[in-house]
Amino acid sequence: MDATEIGLWGVPLAILGGAIRVSTPFIFVSLGEAITERSGRINLGLEGTLVFGAMTAYAVAVMTNSPWLGLLAAAFAGLFFGLFHGWICKFRGVNDIAIGIALMLFGSGLAFFFGKPFIKPKAPNLPAIPFGGWSDIPQVQAALDVNVLFLIGAVLSVILWWAFRNTRAGLIVRVVGDSSDAARAMGLNPDTVRLLATGVGGALAGIGGAYLSLYYPGSWTERISSGQGLMAVALVIFARWNPLGCFAAALLFGGAGALGPALQSVGVTQGYYLFYAAPYILTLIIMIVTSSPTRTLAGAPGELSITK
Amino acid sequence: MSDSVRKAVGVETIGMTMRFGGFTALDAVSVKVPAGSFHALLGENGAGKSTLVKCMMGFYHPTSGDMLVDGREVAIASPRDASALGLGMVYQHFTLVPSLTGAENLVISREKVPGIIDWRKERSDLAVFMERMPFKLPLDVKVAELAAGEKQKLEIIKQLYLGRSFLVLDEPTSVLTPGEAQEVLGLVRDMTKAGDLTVLMISHKFHEVTAFADDVSVLRKGKLTGTGRVADLDHKAMAAMMIGDQPIAALDSRAAPKPDAEIVLKVRSLKAPDRTGLKSIRIEDLGVRSGEIVGIAGISGNGQKEFLEVLAGQRPREAGEVLVRGATYAATRAEARALNVRLIPEEPLKNACAPKMTVAENISFRTFDMDGNGRPVSWINASAIRAFSARLVEQFKVKTASLSSPIASLSGGNVQRAVLARELTGGVDLLIVSNPCFGLDFSAVAEIRARIMKARNAGAAVLLMSEDLDELLELSDRIFVMSDGALVYETPIAQASVQTIGEHMAGHH
Repeated sequence: MDATEIGLWGVPLAILGGAIRVSTPFIFVSLGEAITERSGRINLGLEGTLVFGAMTAYAVAVMTNSPWLGLLAAAFAGLFFGLFHGWICKFRGVNDIAIGIALMLFGSGLAFFFGKPFIKPKAPNLPAIPFGGWSDIPQVQAALDVNVLFLIGAVLSVILWWAFRNTRAGLIVRVVGDSSDAARAMGLNPDTVRLLATGVGGALAGIGGAYLSLYYPGSWTERISSGQGLMAVALVIFARWNPLGCFAAALLFGGAGALGPALQSVGVTQGYYLFYAAPYILTLIIMIVTSSPTRTLAGAPGELSITK
Repeated sequence: MSDSVRKAVGVETIGMTMRFGGFTALDAVSVKVPAGSFHALLGENGAGKSTLVKCMMGFYHPTSGDMLVDGREVAIASPRDASALGLGMVYQHFTLVPSLTGAENLVISREKVPGIIDWRKERSDLAVFMERMPFKLPLDVKVAELAAGEKQKLEIIKQLYLGRSFLVLDEPTSVLTPGEAQEVLGLVRDMTKAGDLTVLMISHKFHEVTAFADDVSVLRKGKLTGTGRVADLDHKAMAAMMIGDQPIAALDSRAAPKPDAEIVLKVRSLKAPDRTGLKSIRIEDLGVRSGEIVGIAGISGNGQKEFLEVLAGQRPREAGEVLVRGATYAATRAEARALNVRLIPEEPLKNACAPKMTVAENISFRTFDMDGNGRPVSWINASAIRAFSARLVEQFKVKTASLSSPIASLSGGNVQRAVLARELTGGVDLLIVSNPCFGLDFSAVAEIRARIMKARNAGAAVLLMSEDLDELLELSDRIFVMSDGALVYETPIAQASVQTIGEHMAGHH
């Protein structure tokens, strides 16, 4: 069977499937960034963390033949990057955005350096659950082949949304993100809370990277991320720092990312390259629409350097 | 919080001394606050009031001196120790977290918070607790949406919720309307009378001290200069203890206003978005005549800041017009220069200075690119700038180590003097001022008010926005009240009543 058999229905189906496939790293990176930003700090270095996580996961999976160990290693690598960012940022006069950019370049560079020997070998992939078994149509089956990480991400976004309201840790992160003074008056150390929040954010970004190299696209190359870590930062602002919003926005970005390949699959041969740019254009549009010279962003954590 | 029924405690400091290097911030201060009393602590900025209470609360470790709580000597090494003894402090700037609700703020500030919060149980506990409280407050609303008075009440409630029975209130009414201030202090006063609470209130408002406090202690330059029953002291005696014998600039007598003087500033049907972008400010019709001070009262956050930003050209307007001497005014440098418009925004270091540039450079921002005849120059003359600044520093008594010190190294009063020197030199037809005396000490306040009055008497039209009602009553010829983005009330000074103005500020009309 080929794509023409279900005709143009292939486009929304491919977008749906693509949204689920492409959105997973966005979900993890944006949830991580949401935690970090809710604590009052921005970590732009997640792009580098993502790439380094992808490389680590792939390398460990190749060496141990276990994708889960790869995933774990990527999370630890991300945690380390996050903690490093959080540790540097506690010093006076250090700008979190500048450190983020430095770590972004550092993470990518380090990944390229260590990743060279792993471009060739094949690593085992993370498992997917075939939700499309009820259908005979291969496109439907392909679209509904859902990776476990996507499901974990969906559950995690609900848990985080709940945790920001109903747990001590969640409230503490919000307190620190909104007012350092209030936090200090309560006997909390904002630097420690931010250090941990950045660490957790980094670990989640590392998992996002593992998904890239171990499931989709499913191999380690140096161009594996193409700026997804940076787009996730934009996405968090768009989602108003709400984990459920992050999940929805990640699906939207994923769908936009799948537009190009979907059009190609139904035989559009010209101009589909333009649609490959859809996520980037979407990022730009979101940034323009959500910014204003005369008002502050609703829902923004008060201690965030971009909203101060 | 189970201890919140515990009775008030008495606190006493004996010979409290605090040195920072060679500087003695607190010199053997002994203050006795008996249980269930309302004690006022008076003093100027830098007199050592906050150093004293920070020593009491464990933020600082005093160089020497002792603390007694209920007559027993105690060692307070950290704020945690203080709170264990039931001592708490309500800060001048709110320490509530704006994006959390009242209930969330209360629960998270507790010493022991469970990992997972059972909101149903917490809510019912809070409801029981609130029944015993004199204040009624909505606890499910985000703190950011509460009025200043409600926030202040929530701060106090938080301390009581945490089981504190001795409270330090640091200038608790500085952001409240007169009505709110009366209510909050009245309720606190009732709690001290009932013996549930002991209060030490930092203040510099004599009328509050007289109305609510039992005893008063006065600090000056780190020394205790007087203490006694409030009933035995009048304002003059307290002022003498507070400022000693330093000279205070006297206000020029007010030149008689001319009702037919030229209208210098005219604002018509002005509309601009506020900082949330959700509401807008609307100024229907406002005129300021030459030789008068028009005051704008209001609680902060009611659009005064946005109005000032529109006048200063920092915020675009959606509709309406601003006219200066009949000409459209868009606050460009050329227009400000041609029409002699001068601006003194609030927090001058942040809004009117380049903090790291020198005093001389900051003072010459208006004139550095002109020669003596007002023609633009392309080559800056550094020695002319220095000479100009030196003259102004002398004339306006700016205390600075040198002309080339960064302006950020000056004290608040001297930064404001430098800004005044810049803005009031040369022809001034329109002067726009916002909270000019916020956080300054007695003598600087008196001097700055005198300068503004002098400019008015010299024929300038002055628009004065202030959150300090006393300041407006002292200086203005007419007072407007701004509430919810609009001017809602106007009164000539002769008929102005604090009561009525306060009600309009609170939006009760």
